[in-house]
Amino acid sequence: MSELFNNFDKIIKKRLIISIIIFAAGMTLSLCIHQYNILDQYIQLVMMYVGINIILTLSLNLINGYMGEFSVGHAGFMAVGAYVSSMLSVRFFNNDIGQIVFPIVVLIGGICAGFVGLIVAVPSFRIRGDYLAIVTLSFNMIVKSGLENVDSVGGARGFLGMSRLTTLPWVMLWTFIAVWIIRNFVNSSYGRGVLSIREDETASSLMTVNTQKIKVRAFMLSSFFAGIAGALYAHLIQFISPRSFDLIKSTEMLIMVYLGGIGSIGGSILGASVYTILLELLRPLGIWRMVLMPLLLVILMIYRPNGIMGLREFSFFKPAIDRFLRNK
Amino acid sequence: MREFEGSALKINNLLYLFQQLLNILQIGSIYAMIALGYTMVYGVLLLINFAHGDLFMIGAFITFLSATYLNFGFIPSLILSMTATALLGVTIERTAYKPLRNAPKVSVIITALGVGVFLENLTLAISPYPKHVPQLIENTIYNIKGLTLSLVQIIIITFSVVLMIGLDFLVRKTKLGMAIRAISWDMQAVPLMGIPLNKIISITFAIGAGLGGAAGVFYAAAYPVIDPYMGIMVGWKAFIAAVVGGIGNIRGAMLGGYALGAIEVAVMVFLPTTYRDLISFLLLFILLIFRPYGIFGKPRNVKI
Repeated sequence: MSELFNNFDKIIKKRLIISIIIFAAGMTLSLCIHQYNILDQYIQLVMMYVGINIILTLSLNLINGYMGEFSVGHAGFMAVGAYVSSMLSVRFFNNDIGQIVFPIVVLIGGICAGFVGLIVAVPSFRIRGDYLAIVTLSFNMIVKSGLENVDSVGGARGFLGMSRLTTLPWVMLWTFIAVWIIRNFVNSSYGRGVLSIREDETASSLMTVNTQKIKVRAFMLSSFFAGIAGALYAHLIQFISPRSFDLIKSTEMLIMVYLGGIGSIGGSILGASVYTILLELLRPLGIWRMVLMPLLLVILMIYRPNGIMGLREFSFFKPAIDRFLRNK
Repeated sequence: MREFEGSALKINNLLYLFQQLLNILQIGSIYAMIALGYTMVYGVLLLINFAHGDLFMIGAFITFLSATYLNFGFIPSLILSMTATALLGVTIERTAYKPLRNAPKVSVIITALGVGVFLENLTLAISPYPKHVPQLIENTIYNIKGLTLSLVQIIIITFSVVLMIGLDFLVRKTKLGMAIRAISWDMQAVPLMGIPLNKIISITFAIGAGLGGAAGVFYAAAYPVIDPYMGIMVGWKAFIAAVVGGIGNIRGAMLGGYALGAIEVAVMVFLPTTYRDLISFLLLFILLIFRPYGIFGKPRNVKI
């Protein structure tokens, strides 16, 4: 018996060491690349896009993949994060302090988006399936056309003036945080509740799962990370307009989630990376790449309806106990 | 004298009201026609056909092609457009949706989104600039006691009302309509009764897409500048109309289309035009919170 527990301890320790090594290596590498400009600026930009898209995909996957609801309006949360953080940067910290308070600004953007997530979480108590999809869709449109009508944030003309504060190490750090928190969330007892809502909401509430509480938390966490991604995006592009957060953006996020595979962290990372990099590689095709991408998606859906990973997961992202039970 | 002015103002107000009513009927007809396509497909397959708005756009582009290169008038363009979009609708159903009939529902929705984006970007790649459709209907304006009435308005409203009455008759009174209703009632039992399921589903797609194409022609006749992305916004709004009426309910979709038209025209009369989308979507959001299944929709019972 004690041998078994030793074995379990060993797995946990090994995991911890591997995670620390990956984290440290990723951070050092990105810092070095940023500091000494080892890679081409364009490649760095693509890497940052990949990181932001991973955060977005993870956040959408929490709702669509793990909870089984269908959100088509996540670009709305992204817009909230982007606008709040840009307003803060431009109106209050438009000087040397900006660089120091940047992480706080991003965090505030995320938190505001998280609270806006409540607007969608509350209707989801009563509405499910296609109708919730419509609610999220109309939420996205409300945010977009609302922003178009507020003159103090530039209206339809957009908003600019942010300095380029998003750098590769920051994107890397936030990506690590997103993967870490969402992985732990879905494997916690809350996460079990989230999964049970996906399988059967009525049955799970009969099994004493507090579905309302879990929905609120899942939506808030998801929109928080969407807001973070929006804030990073705004400080990378240095120009945001309501049009950058319309349904086309939401569709793009959906494509990344379903390309990688629902309910899978490994899938989200793969889906976001494959999509972003493929889109860049196909750039010589010009406009035809935008024709090819949806075609590929349709073909993928027909022959592999569950995406690349399709509900499977790299064993590294599974809880240690699974590994332990399998090895026993 | 003052009294006279007052009554003139009253007549003016009444005229203004009728004028706006005509606008509501015109835009509402277009929304209702597209909403019907959404609602019919949802009725048989329980699938939100996100590519439907783009079929509307294709309909408008076919009108542009036929009017520019073949010098077709309004009615030949309408027939050509409806046939072509109906064929396209069936092709999409056969190639993209049919293999997924037993797949998870989300994969089908993503496929529909993908097909929509594909159609948009294909059109964009072929014709990158907005196109100007030649005049399809003579620009005659009738003046009835101060009420201005254009031929375009009359034609759009009459044609769509005729088409919608025809559809209502088809669904309620014919055998084909009975089969369509039967599928939306119970898809599993229908093949057991000797009804060719796939054929009926394809016909439903053809009818829905054809109506969408017709809406595209009407739109091109009324607002002649067309671009590949025009289907997105109009399509989503028509979708709202379908939801407001209770998706799956054909008369509901028609009513939803006119209701949305009324809201939009009212917003444009009282507020700046930019508030139009905001108010329509806000009303939808509020409606769905209080009546999640639309005005006429009924919740489907889910067995556990």
